[in-house]
Amino acid sequence: MAIMVGKNTRLIVQGITGREGLYHAKGCRDYGTAVVGGVTPGKGGTEIEGFPVFDSVKEARAATGANVSVIFVPPAGAADAILEAADAGIELVICITEGVPILDMVKVKQALAGYPGTRLVGPNCPGVITPGQAKVGIMPGRIHLPGHVGIVSRSGTLTYEAVGQLTALGIGQSTCVGIGGDPINGTNFIDVLRLFQADPDTHAIIMVGEIGGSAEEDAAAFIKANVTKPVVAFIAGQSAPAGRRMGHAGAIISGGKGTAAAKMETLREAGITVVKSPADMGSAMAALLAGKV
Amino acid sequence: MDIHEYQAKELLRLFKVATPDGRVAASAAEAGAITREYGGQSVVKAQIHAGGRGKGGGVKFAKTPEEAAQLYERMNGMTLVTKQTGAEGRVVRTVFIARPIDIARELYLSMLVDRVTGRVAFLASSEGGVEIEEVAAKTPEKIVKVVVDPCVGLAGYQVREIARCLGLAGDLQKQAAAFLRNLYQLFQDKDCSMVEINPLVVTAQGELTALDAKIAFDDNALFRHPDILAYRDRSEEAPAETEASKFGLNFIKLDGSIGCMVNGAGLAMATMDIIQHHGSSPANFLDVGGGASEEAVNNAFRIILADPGVKAVLVNIFGGIMRCDVVAKGIVKASRENGVTVPVVVRLEGTNVEEGKQILAESGLKILVGNGLDDAARKVVAAIQ
Repeated sequence: MAIMVGKNTRLIVQGITGREGLYHAKGCRDYGTAVVGGVTPGKGGTEIEGFPVFDSVKEARAATGANVSVIFVPPAGAADAILEAADAGIELVICITEGVPILDMVKVKQALAGYPGTRLVGPNCPGVITPGQAKVGIMPGRIHLPGHVGIVSRSGTLTYEAVGQLTALGIGQSTCVGIGGDPINGTNFIDVLRLFQADPDTHAIIMVGEIGGSAEEDAAAFIKANVTKPVVAFIAGQSAPAGRRMGHAGAIISGGKGTAAAKMETLREAGITVVKSPADMGSAMAALLAGKV
Repeated sequence: MDIHEYQAKELLRLFKVATPDGRVAASAAEAGAITREYGGQSVVKAQIHAGGRGKGGGVKFAKTPEEAAQLYERMNGMTLVTKQTGAEGRVVRTVFIARPIDIARELYLSMLVDRVTGRVAFLASSEGGVEIEEVAAKTPEKIVKVVVDPCVGLAGYQVREIARCLGLAGDLQKQAAAFLRNLYQLFQDKDCSMVEINPLVVTAQGELTALDAKIAFDDNALFRHPDILAYRDRSEEAPAETEASKFGLNFIKLDGSIGCMVNGAGLAMATMDIIQHHGSSPANFLDVGGGASEEAVNNAFRIILADPGVKAVLVNIFGGIMRCDVVAKGIVKASRENGVTVPVVVRLEGTNVEEGKQILAESGLKILVGNGLDDAARKVVAAIQ
């Protein structure tokens, strides 16, 4: 079953005629995802490398039945692209763009409350992949293996690290969701954990967090109350200095809050297996799964 | 992006948010002249991007224009050390002269984007002039947090709630309403990430005014604010970090001995963590981004090696788009061009990884190959023993 994306995904790419959009549209198509078209205002009616291009998301959806959109629009237009997709009725909108102004996301979050049928993932995320079924994003499909461990992460390449470790151990992944590195996003840890808990294909979960905010602490409380499947967590930034933004807009220890140590402590108290080294995510999961049987 | 107090006050004035008169002095004579303008007395304030200036000797009262001139001489060019600057302090390059005011009460007001609700919020407290974290720890009931609905804006009942917390009634409440509304407008219009007015002062004359102002901006929004970008003070940034940003590299200098070059912020943090896990310490955070082109690798190497504290370098690239042979070629070229003499450990993962490893092995350079993250971290830590 997996979550969010799969065999039923009909994907359009907003920003498909841009360099990033086209490159990754092809990457998703090569992986086996049904990429049914793209949107670039002003270029509707044309075709690019086999993809039909539309002027608007509304037109694209009407013509193709698209149910997922991935956004490769630059920061200045990204919030608008998200709202356009929601307004057109797209059920899942995945925004890859890094650099969306935070006040734009304040407005988007407010507006999306009026579109309960649309889920936003991101922005500033690598996307979502259900190995063997569909890839919606920039992750290297090649390193993934179909299986039963769900991964939810604030990072891109650190997620690939977790995936690589699992695959090397012969442990496959059900769905990998990158929620992104921004302080305000469409989908948080709890949203994904809820989906994983309800997914018969997901038997265990890896959670990859980082410094900044309280999403991991909130997730810990949720897991304690609602998640019966085993969880392994790694929190990046144990060695990060306070007060500096470590790459991701949301990765900052502010006023003493949001440290990796505090997150790890809270997660441990909720019964979650927390690894100190990023190299141990795979082996810790293997041990948990073995212990289960 | 941070700005100086004098720039923040310029913005407050632009948005009609009350703040005492003040301007920058370009010379000791001007400091004296401004002081004369303000009635013969003034407050002389060092401008640096850090708090705690008062305790560090960067805020002084001048009883005469001559004293103001002397204080200017002393402050201009001084290295000011405060609780927030670190032991090395910051060089003062700008001195601001403010009109003195009679302080009756000191309050606290700030604005930020609240991550939990995804909305702009005001924090207000009747305890001004103190660190807000201290108040939050000792007397949390003295702080009020008001979250603004972006559709509604700052509501009347919210203004009253803040005014009540601050003990502002009657005419002061009217002043507070204008102050808060205009500040909210500033925050929205200029894409701020944080505004802190500490202290927000009620003067003996019954006026509400921002005695100090700290404003920070959302880096992601600067593209649409060239006027704010013009406020950028590069001398307040670590030179290496300014250099790196020119090349689109995300670089933060730290104190350790192992330089890092990684693609992706999360993996970069995790790489720093695993170095620490194995008993050493990272010299920097560096995210080369999704490209890791030859040019990016070259620039990254140069910046890392410019740090005399670096005893070894760990390159950790988990490639999605980029091919490992291309990255390897970039590393070899950069090592040669920058005359790298310290040990370099490279861990590559992704397309053409075997070709990449071969290129490194055949380079004739002192480059060790890490097989996996843990192996790479162990090797680089061992290399500096």
